[in-house]
Amino acid sequence: MNKPLLQLKAVAKVFTLHNQNSLQIPVFDHIDLEVSAGECVVLDGPSGMGKSTLLKLIYANYRSNSGQILVTGADAVALDVAQATPRELIALRQQTIGYVSQFLRVIPRVSALDIVAESLMEEGMADPQLWESACTEAKQWLSRLRIPERLWSLPPATFSGGEQQRINIARNMIKPRPLLLLDEPTASLDAANTNTVIELIHEARARGAAIVGIFHDVHVGQAVATRHVSVTNFRGVAQ
Amino acid sequence: MSPRSFSTPLLRVHGISKNYGHHVALRSASFDLWPGEVLAIVGESGSGKTTLLNTIAARNRPDQGRVEFAVRDGGLQDIYAMSQAQQRLLARTDWGFVHQNPADGLRMDVSAGANVGERLMGLGHRHYGKLRAIATDWLERVEIDANRIDDTPQMFSGGMRQRLQIARNLVTQPRLVFMDEPTSGLDVSVQARLLDLLRQLNRNMQLAVVIVTHDLAVARLLAHRMVVMHRGAVVESGLTDQLLDDPQHPYTQLLVSSVLQP
Repeated sequence: MNKPLLQLKAVAKVFTLHNQNSLQIPVFDHIDLEVSAGECVVLDGPSGMGKSTLLKLIYANYRSNSGQILVTGADAVALDVAQATPRELIALRQQTIGYVSQFLRVIPRVSALDIVAESLMEEGMADPQLWESACTEAKQWLSRLRIPERLWSLPPATFSGGEQQRINIARNMIKPRPLLLLDEPTASLDAANTNTVIELIHEARARGAAIVGIFHDVHVGQAVATRHVSVTNFRGVAQ
Repeated sequence: MSPRSFSTPLLRVHGISKNYGHHVALRSASFDLWPGEVLAIVGESGSGKTTLLNTIAARNRPDQGRVEFAVRDGGLQDIYAMSQAQQRLLARTDWGFVHQNPADGLRMDVSAGANVGERLMGLGHRHYGKLRAIATDWLERVEIDANRIDDTPQMFSGGMRQRLQIARNLVTQPRLVFMDEPTSGLDVSVQARLLDLLRQLNRNMQLAVVIVTHDLAVARLLAHRMVVMHRGAVVESGLTDQLLDDPQHPYTQLLVSSVLQP
């Protein structure tokens, strides 16, 4: 068995709403989960049970109250994202963790092509040749995800929900990062594009990525999963 | 290069405080800024954002604490221990300061070209043709028609003035730029253009930016990290999406829940 790329050990999460009389909303009381290279773990559970919260804890935009979230980076060193400094997290996200969120958030004027190609560029690198090859690869991804060529030079603000979602997928999967977090990547896609995303997930697994995903469509989940995990297992008994 | 590939911070702020009489304007603020990083300072009016910005930009000496900047030839140096001449040199070479109101950062009665060339002339550049070529290049980079090079900023719109102010600051290729609410007071379409420009400059020049803003959506799109000020103190700091998606401090929670979806 491979050494896991992602390990969650006794992770707990409670939201405290200070402006609502310090109301406590417990979500997880004990997450133990390991994901190795080449695995695709599909999170199951009714909505509101914390599936997206779990992905956000790993990506560290949500902060855990206790436990460890170890991600093995490019340097083969495991970093606890619950304790990591902002600088370490920025580097980890650039090199190691790809996260397809439910919504595309971008600067209004940037074209779809630039948004995708920029994911391949290291910050501070303005090398025109590297940019050229990043654009070539970005175009392949946009074609494969059936974004019409006439849209490539336009900012995605006016695109349909499904088009924006495909830009988001291209942008976050184009760089072959070792760990992928997918939050409903096929939610508003038609059958053909859904199949393309399933293929992309298979390809990512084949190159050795560890994947954790949420899919509202059971068939998609079954098509990509190597293992199913129910998030209700991670919640306290009293809930 | 990712920000991680640098081993020392560009700016190091240690426990700086500032009082005005009995009023505490700034209470023991500390943070490090690394090359290429964008740090947003957010908070409501009167929370100390601008005092913090002015204090770290050598414009307002703190009562306590230290501000250090990594000068090009000698590591971290206390900016308030420098001579005034050193401070002035820093302020017009390695630093930029973009004011909320462009009229505060521009010479309104001289041409756009002269506004851009001024910092270079201050450094001893005298060749008129070269200065004009550089000014033309910078006007184009901030998307001002080069035909307007001889017009004064008085004849420019608010958005053009703000872009001119940015060009004037960046002509010496500074490593750190301070910005005080640079996008407020602009139409949203103009604001989008400015955000796009700032993002490109940050990416391509490895420019570090400290930006004061009350607009959390601007912070979300531009800033890697954020500090939240409340009553003169930094109450929370971290990655921008951590603070916006999972704020921990009561004041940050109030701030985030008070705006429409940043």
